Amino acid sequence: MLKRTNYLTKVYGMPNGWQLPTYERESRGYETARRVLTTMTSEQVVAEAKKANIRGRGGAGFPMGIKWSFMRPHPTKPAYLVVNADEGEPGTHKDRTLMEQNPHAIVEGCIIGCYAIGSHTAYIFVRDELHLSKARLWGAIKEAKAKGYLGPRPFGKNYAVDVVVHTGAGAYICGEETSLLNSLEGRRGEPRLKPPFPAQAGAFGCPTTVNNLETIAAVPTAFMLGCEEFSKLSAIHHLNDGGVRLFGVNGHVKKPGVFECAVGLTLRELIYDLGGGIKDDKELFAIIPGGSSTPVLRAEDVVHAPDEKSPLHSWHGKSVLDVPLGVDTFRGIGTMLGTCCATVMAEGTDPVLAFHNLMRFYRHESCGQCTPCREGSAWLFRIAEKLVEGTCSMDELNQLHDVANNIMGNTICAFGEGTAMPALGFLKKFRKEFEAYVKGERHGKDARLTTGPLS
Amino acid sequence: MPFALNPERDRELDEILTRYPTKMAACIPALHLCQDQNGWISDEVIAWVSGRLDLPPAHVKGVVTFYTLFNQEPVGKHQVWVCRTLPCALRGAGDVLGHCQKRLGIKEGETTADGKITLRTAECLASCGTAPMMQVDKEYHENLTLEEVDKILDKLRQG
Repeated sequence: MLKRTNYLTKVYGMPNGWQLPTYERESRGYETARRVLTTMTSEQVVAEAKKANIRGRGGAGFPMGIKWSFMRPHPTKPAYLVVNADEGEPGTHKDRTLMEQNPHAIVEGCIIGCYAIGSHTAYIFVRDELHLSKARLWGAIKEAKAKGYLGPRPFGKNYAVDVVVHTGAGAYICGEETSLLNSLEGRRGEPRLKPPFPAQAGAFGCPTTVNNLETIAAVPTAFMLGCEEFSKLSAIHHLNDGGVRLFGVNGHVKKPGVFECAVGLTLRELIYDLGGGIKDDKELFAIIPGGSSTPVLRAEDVVHAPDEKSPLHSWHGKSVLDVPLGVDTFRGIGTMLGTCCATVMAEGTDPVLAFHNLMRFYRHESCGQCTPCREGSAWLFRIAEKLVEGTCSMDELNQLHDVANNIMGNTICAFGEGTAMPALGFLKKFRKEFEAYVKGERHGKDARLTTGPLS
Repeated sequence: MPFALNPERDRELDEILTRYPTKMAACIPALHLCQDQNGWISDEVIAWVSGRLDLPPAHVKGVVTFYTLFNQEPVGKHQVWVCRTLPCALRGAGDVLGHCQKRLGIKEGETTADGKITLRTAECLASCGTAPMMQVDKEYHENLTLEEVDKILDKLRQG
């Protein structure tokens, strides 16, 4: 269901929209943080936050309120809130818009988040390339400090909160939460074994909550509306997937971009109503629903949910394009919602070349710590290279399954699954196209991924 | 020649150190400051950072070699990064990269003979909605056309 909202994006595009006066005037800025800090206990904040049904916006979809509730005060150690803005999942371009255009929502979210989990410091981990984002965040922090919203006594409350922007140095893996913590501590960004989970021993060995940047930015809105009311904005509130979120669309659409809508939007609405339809009025061919790690869907795929108890049963036999974009709904159709930014491919796109492009990405970004991922991602790319060159045998094509399946579940972090799942997804959905390369019916020498010349 | 941060950047590092409970946490920010000054991370830079932050040189070297943004050898005055991951590739990143190579007369990873421009490829820079794009030093250029690429490269060559 298409329901556009503008809680997070109202100030987008306004003159000086990223500055404090605009945020206070247009979005009732910092009123919510003031009310929360001065009238609620931290336990009440966590209990209320659970009602918002904010599913983590970074890709895994873990409920934010429940994550907050894992935090227990430690007798000697401080607690930390770490905000993940290492946006780098191919196809994902939403967090950047928030940092550049509405940084105060993030700072206000950090104040409420810190108070809820008992932390006095929030670190926002921004990838280094996003220089404008970092400048806007620091600008917002400075403005909030000058007003006394951040610092030793925010809104007069005796509860110090400080927000710090920290930068990475170019590594996709640092978006994985424990890798991010290692990077924050000044180490190589290699993921850590879990347990201990960050809530027990995270940043600097202290209890830590890691939230995606968009998750934190949604917090002021949720508390402003009342968390239950916020959740009910969603068309799939009954599936514990609430509120509003940013939907991105990119690739072969007429109007790529980021749009704020109530949860429950469908891919069809995202591609045709918001994205303006397919570039050059071509037919839709395939969609990667939420970042390159989420398995690809074909345009003609239909939902298979004959079981009446399945939450997807009412869409049984219908197109996957008409299923609301939700964490559990998309898991039910064999893919994932991920970061909710869809990459659209028009007819004429060669899926083998798309596969090759992504396998190159994963080979480049594997941190190298776990053998199955380090060797497996390179092996997948080697087969992709041979396919495109026209030297891949049928045996080697079949090896793709073995290699991918031997990565799955055998690595410290989810990067392994993030590599294997899209590999297996492409192979399953485009077996014919892959075989055509093996049989020499197609080759990638002159093939291009674009559907038309770049003007 | 031994390396040291200039006084202005060194004061900035002092301020950065106040943000964290450990000195080690300032390792990546310190390396960024050094690279801004020196252009790349030489063994001398590693030695300096290790002394300044009380870290073993091997730790600093390990960090430098992990992250792609730390240059382990000298680079051109300007760095051009063309994003080539799928969403950009679908919108013509291949043409942008090919065009840059032709105009500059170098391949990706190489530096022009006058030392002005290093051409590189990048994996996803979070600009999928404004593809194709490239990063020039610290600035993003989005929704590129080949004419705009020409303008950008001409400016860099003159500057």
